[in-house]
Amino acid sequence: MLRVVLGRTVSGLVTLLLAITIAFFLARGTGSPAEQILGDGATPQQIADLERHLGLDRPLLVQYVDYLGHLVTFDLGDSLRYHASNLDLITSRMPASFTLALVAMLIAVVVGIPLGILAARHEGGLIDRIASGGALLGQSMPLFWLGLMLILIFSVELGWLPAGQFNSPSSVILPALTLSTLPTAQIARLTRSSMGEVLGAGFITAAEARGIARWRITLVHAFRSASLPVVTVVGLQAGMLLSGAVTVEYVFGWPGLGTLALQAVQARDFTLVQGIVVVGATIFVLINLAVDVLYGLVDPRIREGASA
Amino acid sequence: MTELVTPSTAATPAARTKAVKARGNGAIIALGLPLVLIAAACLLAPWLGLPDPRAQDLNASQIPPAWLSGGDWSHPLGTDQLGRDVLARLLSGGVLTFVLAIAGVLAGAIPGIALGLVAGYRRGWVDVAVSRLVEAQLALPFILLAIAIIAARGRSLPVLVLVLAMVGWAQYARVIRAEAMSLREQPFILGLRFAGAPTRRIMLAHILPNVAGTVTVLATLQLGTIILAESALSFLGLGVAAPDISWGAMLSEGRDQLTSAWWIAAFPGLAITVVVLLVNLLGDALRSRFDPKKKRF
Repeated sequence: MLRVVLGRTVSGLVTLLLAITIAFFLARGTGSPAEQILGDGATPQQIADLERHLGLDRPLLVQYVDYLGHLVTFDLGDSLRYHASNLDLITSRMPASFTLALVAMLIAVVVGIPLGILAARHEGGLIDRIASGGALLGQSMPLFWLGLMLILIFSVELGWLPAGQFNSPSSVILPALTLSTLPTAQIARLTRSSMGEVLGAGFITAAEARGIARWRITLVHAFRSASLPVVTVVGLQAGMLLSGAVTVEYVFGWPGLGTLALQAVQARDFTLVQGIVVVGATIFVLINLAVDVLYGLVDPRIREGASA
Repeated sequence: MTELVTPSTAATPAARTKAVKARGNGAIIALGLPLVLIAAACLLAPWLGLPDPRAQDLNASQIPPAWLSGGDWSHPLGTDQLGRDVLARLLSGGVLTFVLAIAGVLAGAIPGIALGLVAGYRRGWVDVAVSRLVEAQLALPFILLAIAIIAARGRSLPVLVLVLAMVGWAQYARVIRAEAMSLREQPFILGLRFAGAPTRRIMLAHILPNVAGTVTVLATLQLGTIILAESALSFLGLGVAAPDISWGAMLSEGRDQLTSAWWIAAFPGLAITVVVLLVNLLGDALRSRFDPKKKRF
């Protein structure tokens, strides 16, 4: 088991290193951030000065090694605009981002799993059709547009709920509801297909033959076997939620990481943007790692089996 | 739970396949036709007698859609804050939306397919490298990566296409790699290999045609994903900006008028939803046409 965990950790670190490398070279490879920071009116002299000040005049490879060296000590550099440590700026936004992601995930699990189970139990029935239709619609809609329409209906017209901001507990409802649509659809779809497979298995038929109550078979026997892929998708979606909530945060004025990233790009704060990308990728890799390990703990076949 | 197939529905396998294919073709036409019509309407918009999508008329600011009180059939979907006709802008913006989506799909598909083919067929270190790269790409949150690139590169249409290509290439590479890996062990490929056919020829003339169905399905589904990605970027002010028009850019303008003129934001979002829904349904129909086992990617 320990070997599996170690192996996963190493491969996670390699993935992370590559991701940071891609982000670094894409952002610095062909153009000059200094031109972007200074805007159109800058003279070549100003650009050259700023490049020297930021160390952008050095060879790209030297910059890259330097950047990695700082990352190892959790140094993400200082923000150009706020003149504060990027790491502090980013961690100050974490609570808002985590709250939103957590509530959205809670909604997705509470709605998605029962919906998937019901759909699998009554395959082709009304609930199944509504669930798959809803999932398709949710995947086809721009999230931020859904958010705007929810604000229009529930805040502007009906006045029931606040349109975001981070000041009262009820203000999380609309953004979390918006953000939960994709994970809800994914979880419902996966629960349905996973349950569908298990419900046809021999041990379920045996349980039915023994006269065990139908709800008990569904919830205790079948769902326990079917829950593994669902755990994976919950983890994957959680990673996406934390980092991919930029548009939703923007619509609702939610003071999370996504809003910080947007403010940074508007302020042409190039080091802060890069710091946020690194943190986003790290969170994603960490969550995947946690899911992998959890998976191993839950499923004995993986725990003992050949480390894939 | 398992139900026996009643004799009346159990046709011969061949006849059933034919029936499935016929139904699949019907669905493909039924879903493709509205998409073609929408695209045609967007392209032909300048000749449809609509107002100029960029013509401002401050006397006609924020006119509601025609069926509401205060509406007027000269502006069927109303006007925005500068008095520009929403329908004309919708059709004009559709052109750029479609062009960017297709450019983004191609820019992602070509390197993705090439890398997937080489990795899956050659295996070895190329495969290890490509697989690692795919994993790393999928670990980068798309919008954050886009923000990083745009922060360093500035905002322009070529940069936007590059960013959109980043959304897709890893998907193609992953799926095509898996297909190429299984094709490689098929007798007809083994035969060609032992007969001494050059590797490049095997990949281009024999493997590529066999993954064409998968590529078609994947590219169709990606078209929807990329339309959504473009609209998100433009909405955040990182993609298409005035004077260019796309549906995402219209949404961005409409956001500020949400309380006073909801229709400015509502219609472009509806257009995106309808088009992406049609594209996704078409992708599903194509999938069951090319792959009756209905594999999920």
